Amino acid sequence: MMDRTKYLYLAGTVVLAAAPAVLNTYWVDVLNNVGMYAILGLSLNLIVGHAGLFNLGHAAFYAIGAYTAAILNSHFHIPVLWLLPLSALTAGLFALMIARPIIHLRGDYLCIVTIGVGEIVRIALINNVFGITGGANGIFGIDRPQIFGWVIRRPQEFYYLIWLFLMVTVFLFQRLENSRFGRALNYLREDETAAEGSGIHTAHYKLMAFVIGAAWAGMVGNIFAAKMTIISPESFSFWESVLMFTLVILGGSGSIPGVLLGALLIIGLPELFRGFANARMAIFGVAMVAMMIFRTGGILPARPRTYRLPQPAAAVEAKP
Amino acid sequence: MTLLSLNRLTKSFGGLTAVNNVSFQVEGGSIVGLIGPNGAGKTTVFNLITGIYRPNQGEIIFNDGSIVGQPTHRIVSLGIARTFQTIRLFQNLSVLENVLSGCHCRMKSGSLAAMLRLPSQKKEERRAVERALGALTFVGLESQAEQLARNLSYGNQRLLEIARALATEPQLLILDEPAGGMNEQETGALITLIRRLRDRGITVLLIEHDMSLVMRVCERIVVLEYGAKIAEGEPAAIKADPKVIEAYLGTEENE
Repeated sequence: MMDRTKYLYLAGTVVLAAAPAVLNTYWVDVLNNVGMYAILGLSLNLIVGHAGLFNLGHAAFYAIGAYTAAILNSHFHIPVLWLLPLSALTAGLFALMIARPIIHLRGDYLCIVTIGVGEIVRIALINNVFGITGGANGIFGIDRPQIFGWVIRRPQEFYYLIWLFLMVTVFLFQRLENSRFGRALNYLREDETAAEGSGIHTAHYKLMAFVIGAAWAGMVGNIFAAKMTIISPESFSFWESVLMFTLVILGGSGSIPGVLLGALLIIGLPELFRGFANARMAIFGVAMVAMMIFRTGGILPARPRTYRLPQPAAAVEAKP
Repeated sequence: MTLLSLNRLTKSFGGLTAVNNVSFQVEGGSIVGLIGPNGAGKTTVFNLITGIYRPNQGEIIFNDGSIVGQPTHRIVSLGIARTFQTIRLFQNLSVLENVLSGCHCRMKSGSLAAMLRLPSQKKEERRAVERALGALTFVGLESQAEQLARNLSYGNQRLLEIARALATEPQLLILDEPAGGMNEQETGALITLIRRLRDRGITVLLIEHDMSLVMRVCERIVVLEYGAKIAEGEPAAIKADPKVIEAYLGTEENE
């Protein structure tokens, strides 16, 4: 079983590494978007999938990371990739600030407030808050990322940057899920009172889910800014938050393979249906509805964690 | 030695005084029962001890320190664990993971240690799984470790709640109607289990409606009615107390 997944990952890596050589620039760019949304989805998955906190304002954190990179790069010419930790930090701190007072809200209430936060951030950016965001026009002239003097410019080059970042994210988040931290998020999702009663500091873990999720979204914002070289508030609309939320729920909340598939379907599939022009959104909507009826846990629902038990006899017996 | 001491505890919800000036002590290593008719305020007392409610007046002393105003998770790490009247397991997680939630407060690794999978974190995880299995073995559920909690029978779900509470390494274990929904055979096994808990050095405070269980297992009994304490003593004395018979046992005789 373990070996099979290993081979699957290896084969996947080879296919991904070879993709830019086979595909044309347009499709490579589609894959770049898929990769970025996959990372955004994984970061939101910590909050929505694991902790069960409905966050429909994730684009706000994405925006904060992007603007941090854009402002500091265009004003002080700090290389964009160096700003990656700083984008994470500002987005994380912002999440800490806004989540603290609203963290006790449940379900739909939290959802409404996060929509509000997303909109406030977007409108603040349009209104040129502090005179540094460039208003509705946004910020342009952001540098391309550089690695040891090599400038990442073509979509094929960005492809490797984005998908490497995605792989690192998957690697780290998988470990995070299978730990005391990941379990704590699941406990509070399942039953907050019981979690608190079992000794879990639920408020702390909800905040941490927001902070880590936001920090990761902030880093994707940084890469987005460097890729586009121009960012404006319209890139961080409510629709972006909806896309991220949808790909998590559709793919399988709490499941890394699910989120990856969700990103591929939500971002990649509409490109395939371009020929249908206006009908594509309708096809897409019908597919979503069908999915929600027939597979409520998402296409690839989360699988239970496995533990290495000291006595193998118990493990064999427990198989239903 | 007094482990837990409630002093003149009062809690009211609006105009209703759910707990009125209640005081009693729990000696370390004893099994104490809290009984009373429905709505007498027993569960409210439990919720006050575990920090879910804050008392209007009075103090709660655990191990010589006041725990009033402490958050629930902190009280758990100080050594008070509980089970719930209505079963509150993490239904969609495995039996083992349910117990691991109890181990949580005795572990330290944070998110960074988990992402980097430091040796100390791996070791801690291994030890936690061992301890969780130990707690499951104690209640006799070790063979079900990988089942989902929701697939367990009702009686086993109650046992799992006890195992989860046990994994927090408590000094005081508070059981809220542990025999609820159990058949006679399961109740018999539960009595043995409660005694074994005490033999392990854990003090037990329990609410129970099953009078035979309370009378058989408890060394001291506190009786509440309308939020106030009306009697306290050994089972034999409680059985003979006219106030208790009137408030509680008397109604049973009329049936």
